[in-house]
Amino acid sequence: MTYPKRIDGRKLNETREIEAKAGIIKRADGSAMFRIGKTVAYAAVYGPRNLYPRFLQNPREGIIRVNYAMMPFSSKGERVRPGPSRRSKEISMVTEKALLPVLNLEEFPNAVVDVFIELPQTDAGTRCAGICAASIALADAGIPMKDLVAAVSVGRVDDKILVDLNYDEEAFEGKVADIPIAIIQRTGELSLLQMDGEIEKEQLIEALKLGQETITKIFEVQKKALKEKYHAENGGEE
Amino acid sequence: MGQISVENKSIVIPGEELASGMEFLPSFGTYRDRDKIVASRLGLVSIDGKIIKIIPLAGKYNPKRGDVIIGKVEDVSYSGWRINTNCAYPAMLSVKDATSEFVGRGTDLTQFFDVDDYLVAKIVNVTSQKLIDLTMRGPGLRKLSGGRVIEVNTNKVPRIIGKQGSMVHMIKQATDCKIVVGQNGLLWILGELKSELIAIEAIRKIEQESHLSGLTERIKEFLEKATGKKIEEFKGEQNDLSQEN
Amino acid sequence: MKQLKSQITKGLEQDLRFDGRKPLDWRKIEVEYSISKNAEGSARVKFGDTEVLAGVKLSVGKPYPDTPEEGALMVEAELTPMSSPEFETGPPDIKAIELARVVDRGIREAKAIDMKKLCIEKGEKCWMVSIDVVTINDAGNLLDVSALAALAALKDTKMPKLEDETVKYGELTKESLPLSKEPIAVTVLKIGKFLVVDPLVDEEETYDARLTVTVTDGSICALQKGGGGTLSIEDVQKMVEIGIEKAGDIRKHLGKAKGAK
Repeated sequence: MTYPKRIDGRKLNETREIEAKAGIIKRADGSAMFRIGKTVAYAAVYGPRNLYPRFLQNPREGIIRVNYAMMPFSSKGERVRPGPSRRSKEISMVTEKALLPVLNLEEFPNAVVDVFIELPQTDAGTRCAGICAASIALADAGIPMKDLVAAVSVGRVDDKILVDLNYDEEAFEGKVADIPIAIIQRTGELSLLQMDGEIEKEQLIEALKLGQETITKIFEVQKKALKEKYHAENGGEE
Repeated sequence: MGQISVENKSIVIPGEELASGMEFLPSFGTYRDRDKIVASRLGLVSIDGKIIKIIPLAGKYNPKRGDVIIGKVEDVSYSGWRINTNCAYPAMLSVKDATSEFVGRGTDLTQFFDVDDYLVAKIVNVTSQKLIDLTMRGPGLRKLSGGRVIEVNTNKVPRIIGKQGSMVHMIKQATDCKIVVGQNGLLWILGELKSELIAIEAIRKIEQESHLSGLTERIKEFLEKATGKKIEEFKGEQNDLSQEN
Repeated sequence: MKQLKSQITKGLEQDLRFDGRKPLDWRKIEVEYSISKNAEGSARVKFGDTEVLAGVKLSVGKPYPDTPEEGALMVEAELTPMSSPEFETGPPDIKAIELARVVDRGIREAKAIDMKKLCIEKGEKCWMVSIDVVTINDAGNLLDVSALAALAALKDTKMPKLEDETVKYGELTKESLPLSKEPIAVTVLKIGKFLVVDPLVDEEETYDARLTVTVTDGSICALQKGGGGTLSIEDVQKMVEIGIEKAGDIRKHLGKAKGAK
């Protein structure tokens, strides 16, 4: 079987439309909205702040705590029961690990940086959108970070290696591999790698390389969102 | 020969390359990655000769010895008070650092400071675990009565105070409000409510536009328009953060 | 707290609040429909900086035994830790439960939804309407904002296709959810001897008592008193009058909204 043309007409190395805004939740220390196609993620950062219960405190450095959730009305199909599920707990954890390599938390012993991710609308690529939003929100909160992190899914549908699978592609009949990855901007190294489906080794490597190339577009959008926040009211820097 | 990749005082984000060349020195908010200097904070890049640093635009207060802060009493024990410092680390104020009066054992300390009181205090020590010790013994350090306390961006405090206190002086003069600015991002204000609102609006403007040039002029214009008062030239008084005017 | 309260009352004596508003002024109200394309109906509502999203999901189920010819309604609210440093992760606490129940009561008691039209097969099948309210930023008055968001989401709702008694999600008909009334919640706070509407966070921390009045067509369909203080009958009369008078202004914003399906 072959996959001659993408269902929505995109090129193999083309992501869906991307949009981001920083500072959208005033009460939070940092926040962002990140949209890729129809998947929208909000992220809010609080911290560094007091951490309870005490046994979680690390006297050597601060910790990051991620809580990922989909809003009950966010998915195609039935209502999603609110509350943590095994899936959302796993996504919270891998998101944490995806962000950790860039964070400098030694300045904050015993404290916590809380990251909350909520999705009002989903169409595949949710954990990636969450990571992208969280990365902007952390920078917006003034957390010391070596770099930004961006995430996107790569994979294969039949004979094609492509980027940013949407819901229909994930559900495609035939051989599909859905590979969410997160990449650190300067080094190009991976901080998230998971896979669902079937894939040959060569295809995997090709997919990862495709991801590295195309993810630069996402970094541009993240950078723009942060810088725009400071130009919005004032029409330009000095 | 190395080169600088960004304009001085432009906004940079974590991971952004600022300069390349071994002759540059990474200072606050930057780090060296092989021969490049890279930002590790969201802020304005400041290039001073070969030293490159970031003036952060965001981030919670990082307690430092010598800072004068505004703290809120969270708890009273038999030997002192626990003070909320508007960051992840509470502070301890012990009786001996609070007053030179003799305080007998078993005295009810709430007669000095009670829960929810706001204090102007000075940080005397910060341990490696960020435990903070405060003192109330010193000029201008005192309990604050009346007025209200608002949160401001701790990174903008230097702009709110201004060179030698010029900015905050201008606001006080125009609005007739008493203002104390804590390094920890808490600001106390007391005046006629209408004037307080104007002062706070000016302060919010400073927070939003602190990275743009011509700020002082714009704030002066805003204050003159809002209060109808003409603002005199600032004569370079030494601003003691902890003094009321 | 006493200091904050005395500052607030000092201002109220001059008819001024911390953000420059008068006691009976609302902040800027914004309503946007269809903010979540996967929901059968959804809306975003903002009062100043307070922002809440609401979404409606429909499903088919068995009607309650005491109302075999009617559909079912459920309202749940989440005070997300994203929206305020005061909220924690975990199951809904009593504040969230109260908010959901007050919003529910307003819609249910106003008979806003024509429940009989939601019957598919008497005693066997009916439409179940689930409204979920999710807070995005808490700058005060989450209750009123949530109530308006829930109502706007209902207004935005289109019935999905039903094929062989299975809901075809993603395929909406042009038929709107049968909504005939528009209940509006107005929360009035009593601080000392003053009454304020559309409270700020500082005011919510220092009030004596509050009354949420839900109004539809000029009559009251729900009441909820909150806070540890008391209200005189005179207070109640004044607060209810405020509610009835101002509900109409708030309701107008449902019409000016963008994004309607």
